[in-house]
Amino acid sequence: MKILLLTVLIAGAAFCSNLFFPWWSIAPTSFIVATLIDVKPFKAFLCGLFALFFLWGGLSWWISYSNDHLLAGKMGLVILQSKQPFKLIIITALIGGFIGAFSALTGSLTRSLFVLNDNKE
Amino acid sequence: MKLFKFTELQLCLNLQQSSINMRIFSTVLCALITAALCYLLNTIAVLPVPLGKLLSPQGGIWQNAVPRNFDFSMELPAKGLKGEVEIFLDERLVPHVYADNDEDLFFAQGFLHARFRLWQMDLQTMAAAGRASELVGKKALDHDREFRRLGMVYAAENALNEINNDPYSKSICDAYTAGVNAYISSLSQSTLPLEYKLMGYYPENWSNFKTALFLKYMSYDLAAHEQDFEKTNTRAFFGAEKFHLLFPDTISPVDPIIPDKWTAPAELNIIPRVNYDTIAFDRVQTITSDKPDRDNGSNNWVISGHRTQDGAPILANDPHLGLNLPSLWFEMHLQSPSFNVYGVSFPGAPSIPIGFNNNIAWGVTNGGRDVRDYFEVTFNDDSRTQYLFDGKWEQTHFRIEEIKIKGGSSVYDTVAYTNLGPVMYENRFGGKASIGKSFAVRWTAHDPSNELLCFINLNKANNYKDYLQALSYMKAPGQNFAFASKTGDIAMRTQGQWPAKWNHQGDFIMPGEDSTFLWQGYIPDSETPMQYNPQRGFVSSANQPPADISYPYYLGTDYPTSRGLIINRMLAADSTFTIEKVKKMQTNNYNVFAEGAMPILMSNISKEALGENAQHYFKILGEWDLYNNNESVGATVFELAWNELYNAVYDDDYAKAPKLAAKPAYTTLLQFLVKDSAYVFIDDINTPEIESLSVLATRSFKKAAEEMKRVEQNGRLPWGKYKDTHIMHLTKLEPFSRLHLPIGGGKYEINATKENHGPSWRMIVQMSSNIKAFGVYPGGQDGNPGSRFYDNFINTWVEGEYFPLELVEKTSFKKKKTVGKIILKPV
Repeated sequence: MKILLLTVLIAGAAFCSNLFFPWWSIAPTSFIVATLIDVKPFKAFLCGLFALFFLWGGLSWWISYSNDHLLAGKMGLVILQSKQPFKLIIITALIGGFIGAFSALTGSLTRSLFVLNDNKE
Repeated sequence: MKLFKFTELQLCLNLQQSSINMRIFSTVLCALITAALCYLLNTIAVLPVPLGKLLSPQGGIWQNAVPRNFDFSMELPAKGLKGEVEIFLDERLVPHVYADNDEDLFFAQGFLHARFRLWQMDLQTMAAAGRASELVGKKALDHDREFRRLGMVYAAENALNEINNDPYSKSICDAYTAGVNAYISSLSQSTLPLEYKLMGYYPENWSNFKTALFLKYMSYDLAAHEQDFEKTNTRAFFGAEKFHLLFPDTISPVDPIIPDKWTAPAELNIIPRVNYDTIAFDRVQTITSDKPDRDNGSNNWVISGHRTQDGAPILANDPHLGLNLPSLWFEMHLQSPSFNVYGVSFPGAPSIPIGFNNNIAWGVTNGGRDVRDYFEVTFNDDSRTQYLFDGKWEQTHFRIEEIKIKGGSSVYDTVAYTNLGPVMYENRFGGKASIGKSFAVRWTAHDPSNELLCFINLNKANNYKDYLQALSYMKAPGQNFAFASKTGDIAMRTQGQWPAKWNHQGDFIMPGEDSTFLWQGYIPDSETPMQYNPQRGFVSSANQPPADISYPYYLGTDYPTSRGLIINRMLAADSTFTIEKVKKMQTNNYNVFAEGAMPILMSNISKEALGENAQHYFKILGEWDLYNNNESVGATVFELAWNELYNAVYDDDYAKAPKLAAKPAYTTLLQFLVKDSAYVFIDDINTPEIESLSVLATRSFKKAAEEMKRVEQNGRLPWGKYKDTHIMHLTKLEPFSRLHLPIGGGKYEINATKENHGPSWRMIVQMSSNIKAFGVYPGGQDGNPGSRFYDNFINTWVEGEYFPLELVEKTSFKKKKTVGKIILKPV
């Protein structure tokens, strides 16, 4: 349950922070959320990875789908020399995912430094 | 117990100490990895783009992907508005603006230009101001120095003064600027135009000065294509006699814009320099500079009601300019109590430069006369503090230009100004071969003028008188203004501030220390070539000479003539014109140049001397119908054959000429070959024998046939494929561009579509009581490559089709389909 909660909270916090703050604010928010919920570091890593992989991947897919992949096709060529819009979506998801993962891992590790006797799930 | 517990804890802690150290280490390591990832993906330090910033779905480029059924509606409270402005965006994203007063109308125009074209107008004015290095770094330094030294900023300052001196134009520019800035201040990281995100910068605020810069950029594009340096070199290399065989005083065949004969002497008494032609031409330079396309031109014509089926005049206009995305044009309909005008506007300036209102329609083509001359300046010494003029030493003024450079320190360029203008080229700029000489540039675009008033007054003109009054403000770039009114008047006026020149004045570099070489005045308005309701029932212009050779002032000889010939021939041949016929005419691909050149090729190439391959192409050439249609193979064969003949005629003679030399027009070669098969340049000077035209034509066709074979093997023999028209995004990024467009036409055809240049807006307006108007441009209203409105007009343009244009009343939008409604509200 805690894993699910952490994943959802990381995604929710990242989404909200990006309404107001620069894109990299997903790192501090994921970090903070991971310090609040006690999940083992490796699991927290996976939670951060999945949360932002699916948030960024999902958002960019939805935007691109609504746009008939017009921009993704062009930007894919500019950035990746590939016309496949899905490549651009996957890269987006991976960027979000990895930053989420390492932030959550850092958060979880930090928590374990200060909080003893956790009931690690 | 207590003690035990303590020691147990102590032990525990001791045991855990190494594990805690390990944990601290991993935590710090993870934090560092996270921070490094964020940094890496937010900068261009390692990757060429800030990938994280760019791809973040809520702030990056994904936000520029416009949903397919996007509703463009918005409501914006804005400072500076007097009342509420309603804007309906029709199904093609053309804004129809309804305002209560003129200021609000132009506020809205500025807002809409920025909403859909901000990056483009920003970039163009940065380039015009010689500030490109601020955006792209040192590689643009030469461009920036050239523009500063040409006096673009100086010219824009003079224009701004004129705008500020006229309260009406100032109020319009102020409102326009406020509108642009209202949009800029509404921007956030996510709504920033795509190109800013890609290039990593942010728009600066708009100003009236930027509008002035934009207008001067148009002058640069349209009134800066003389070949003074090139011709000076060519004249020095070949000598006077041969030079006149390359650049003859009279061009033929030609059908001037205004065909009237001039009998009265010039009103302005200009004193010619009789020995101009014998001045030593030792001014060889190797200055190089980017020049605007020489073929910047256009077509416009008006057919009087006597020659149309509906009895109302029909006006047609298609300005030929560099084709880019986003397009130079933005289509609009503006309505206020004093305006009700439809047409295309320049993002960057208020008003509608080409269009129609309820009473009149107008269109422009470029005047193309030489209004930029260079003078050699004699300075006292390297300090340049004084220059020689009429035997006296005059004081130089200096302008220090600071050129800021992205990722580097500023470069300062001190430009000397004389009474003639800025010293553009000198040994500090223009290459080492300037051999210590300095050249000042005299350009009409430097002179104070307020062209905006011309367009704003045209926008609300009701009749011929208003049209004349509006035109009086047009100084540079001089334009041929076609006019039609609902009352049946038609007119053409070759308007501009034209220096009154003696024969050949300014064809070459002139001495700057002798006042007799200076321009002595401007051609009086009363002697401007023009036609008003002429007998022949039509007026037309296609950048050919404005008047007959009997005109009492020197007009130069650097004009394209082909399009003018075919337009006038077609206009004279029909007296029941309809809009459909004019559409066909505007997209016509008949090659009138080839009509004259084909007999030369066919009669001089000796078929028997050709090999099998060349014979194959000679047959294709013989069967060609003289149309440069998309699929025409004959057109490609002709083009290659004439190119090769041209090269065979001139290349040997030019082999040792200075690199910077002027070459004759293709039409000049034809002009001489038609009347003189012993044209002196025909002989190949590298062979002992004297070649005849027939020998040269056969030899060059054989050579051209090899190229034709290669072209055919690559599948590019059809004309459209060979010409390969493309419309590039201003960044030259191919994915944002449209390549390989299947369209015919070319430089000699009415449909003047070349590789990346051509009809940038096609418009046809019939001034009947119920106006019928059609138009199309190769682009789209939205400058955003992520929008379906980015390039949605291009296919229609390629197919030679048009969209209907309508002065829609606000009330009828209740029933019309739109893609959004924008409301601008005062705060």
